Amino acid sequence: MSAEAKGTGEAAREERVLVASQWRLIWWRFRRHRLAVVAGIVVLLLLLTAVFSDFLATGDPRASRAVRRHLPPQSISWFDGGRWSPHVYGIRSRIDTETLQRVYDADPAEKIPVRFFAKGEPYRLLGLIPAGRRLLGIEDHPTRTHIYLLGTDKLGRDLWSRLMYGTRISMSIGMVGVMVSLFLGVAFGGISGYYGGAVDTVIQRVIEFLRGIPTIPLWMGLAAALPRDWSIIRIYFAVTIIISLIAWTSMARVVRGKFLSLREEDFVAAARLSGCSEMRIIFRHMAPAMTSHIIAATTLAIPGMIVSETALSFLGLGLRPPAISWGVLLQEAQNVQAIAMYPWLMTPALAVILAVLAFNFFGDGLRDAADPYGK
Amino acid sequence: MLAYIFRRTLLACGTVLAISIVAFMIIQLPPGDYLTAYIATLQAQGDVISLEQIAALRAQYGLDRPIHVQYGMWMWNMLHWDFGVSLAYNRPVSELIGERLLLTVVVTLAAVIFTWLLAIPIGVYSAVRQHSIGDYIFTFIGFIGIAVPGFLLALVLMYGAYAWFGLSVDGLFSDEFIEAEWSMARVRDLLSHLWVPAIVLGAAGTAQLIRILRANLLDELRKPYVVAARARGLSLWRAVLKYPLRVALNPLVSTIGYILPALVSGSVIVSVVLNLPTVGPLLWRALLSQDMYLAGTIVLLLSALTVIGTLISDILLVLLDPRIRLEDRQ
Repeated sequence: MSAEAKGTGEAAREERVLVASQWRLIWWRFRRHRLAVVAGIVVLLLLLTAVFSDFLATGDPRASRAVRRHLPPQSISWFDGGRWSPHVYGIRSRIDTETLQRVYDADPAEKIPVRFFAKGEPYRLLGLIPAGRRLLGIEDHPTRTHIYLLGTDKLGRDLWSRLMYGTRISMSIGMVGVMVSLFLGVAFGGISGYYGGAVDTVIQRVIEFLRGIPTIPLWMGLAAALPRDWSIIRIYFAVTIIISLIAWTSMARVVRGKFLSLREEDFVAAARLSGCSEMRIIFRHMAPAMTSHIIAATTLAIPGMIVSETALSFLGLGLRPPAISWGVLLQEAQNVQAIAMYPWLMTPALAVILAVLAFNFFGDGLRDAADPYGK
Repeated sequence: MLAYIFRRTLLACGTVLAISIVAFMIIQLPPGDYLTAYIATLQAQGDVISLEQIAALRAQYGLDRPIHVQYGMWMWNMLHWDFGVSLAYNRPVSELIGERLLLTVVVTLAAVIFTWLLAIPIGVYSAVRQHSIGDYIFTFIGFIGIAVPGFLLALVLMYGAYAWFGLSVDGLFSDEFIEAEWSMARVRDLLSHLWVPAIVLGAAGTAQLIRILRANLLDELRKPYVVAARARGLSLWRAVLKYPLRVALNPLVSTIGYILPALVSGSVIVSVVLNLPTVGPLLWRALLSQDMYLAGTIVLLLSALTVIGTLISDILLVLLDPRIRLEDRQ
């Protein structure tokens, strides 16, 4: 009885597998990969942060207040005598008479209430919708209007807000860059794999050449050659393109490899024998078999882009202030003194590492799930 | 085999030539040329310079010639060990680069050696004891090694060393040896400082190599000849080290070709963070001050070194692996 039930259950499952679409199969396989699912959620959160950075930021990322420079992170106390009442303590600053440094002390006597969805400085959500509420803020206090979740930098700018806006720029560079390299990679890889012969040889030689040169010195050279008087937007796109110049090669390799192996498949031969046109074979029959792989390769290319941008901006050769990106933020943490005295300036590094890990695990999971011959 | 080596060498020469064109483009890209900047510095110092003098200088540096002639002159001078003059330092580029280039090679080699010393035993252990706790721990550390970019690792390491041990780990020499002549004491001092950049630079490569070696060795260990050797009573480690490891090591040599460019790339930026006396910080300062002759030369030299390293690994691979020789003959 039970064996019979098990048998029908298995048969039903088998049928479900047989009729499932390719994407459904990929999703089932991906779901089994716990780490990849968690990484996928982190990626999603990062993307949401990039989109809603205005809302998540607690204030204007460019507003500097000299009296609050190098302020350590303020921690929120969630309860007050067992009652839910999030608050931060007031800050008293003084000059240390020995080191002549500005030091900050929390003042437990002064409790400043912190609110969710508090009214803050007005901004435009997504650059369009006027809004005033921010995730966290101080609403009803006469003098204290700012909360510094991650402390401030040397100009007294709020690091948390800067980190949120930096996420937007850094993530978008990764996305735009990967789109550019995806376009180049698919175009050249496709040509290379489909036509073969001399064209293939030339493209492969160029790829080998590009991969053989150390990228950072080359990028540094190219980035430094950008005119200093360009606007932020132009520098942004120029840096993105410079970074994509190398990244497309790995994409092209994936596409070419897939083209070469698919060309020999029976279903392509069948399509050809049935009299399909070349375009139809490529787009109707071969492309669907490749998309999942290309998506996985694309995801795996993003972390490299993010790191490249961070590295260039960190060296002062990529984006420059007043643009805000993770690399620009890390410029402040360039020497031992700064790191030792103000360790919170290193938090953007954690953001970079988190993003790189998340995209890598997510991409790995996608790649394994997209491989129909995998276990 | 000689034909193979010859072809590879030819290809490497072609690559260096192509890179030299890119490097020359980098020199040419910023608006104005070498002289506009030079004249600006002279004028800033209060020197008056006449139009005739400018024209004479232009002719002297060949800046009035068409661009391909300029490129030819640059290359020709380069072959005679004349890399031009650095504007910012007002000294010949070859003088500036000399020792720094040597130290760059030393640091890179140290990173490669560190990579191998660590990756081979760990890779073998992870493959032989697959799914053990140690294997999982190394896999996890490996993932982080791949994910964390070198310069961030350097930052974290610097902070850790300072916060917990009160050490400052930057630089390659102790203060008293920075300007000293080469001596045994200085070499010892260098070796005592070398481990930090070696670890930072080697981390990503080590993680990659462990993964590759583990995968290769796992494939090899399942083959019948290993099972047969074990069945006949060969001890586990003898059976692993004698044949499968040799086969699995081949890709290690071939991956130098991929790892070297990444290593050299990484060393530039890590050197800036760790303040190493290599060409990295020199290139950085040259680029920031638009000292393009110096920058172009460094880009070219670094790339050429990479190509040479890759070439050596290609040749080593042929010597090690008879299958490639056979493939080549067909």
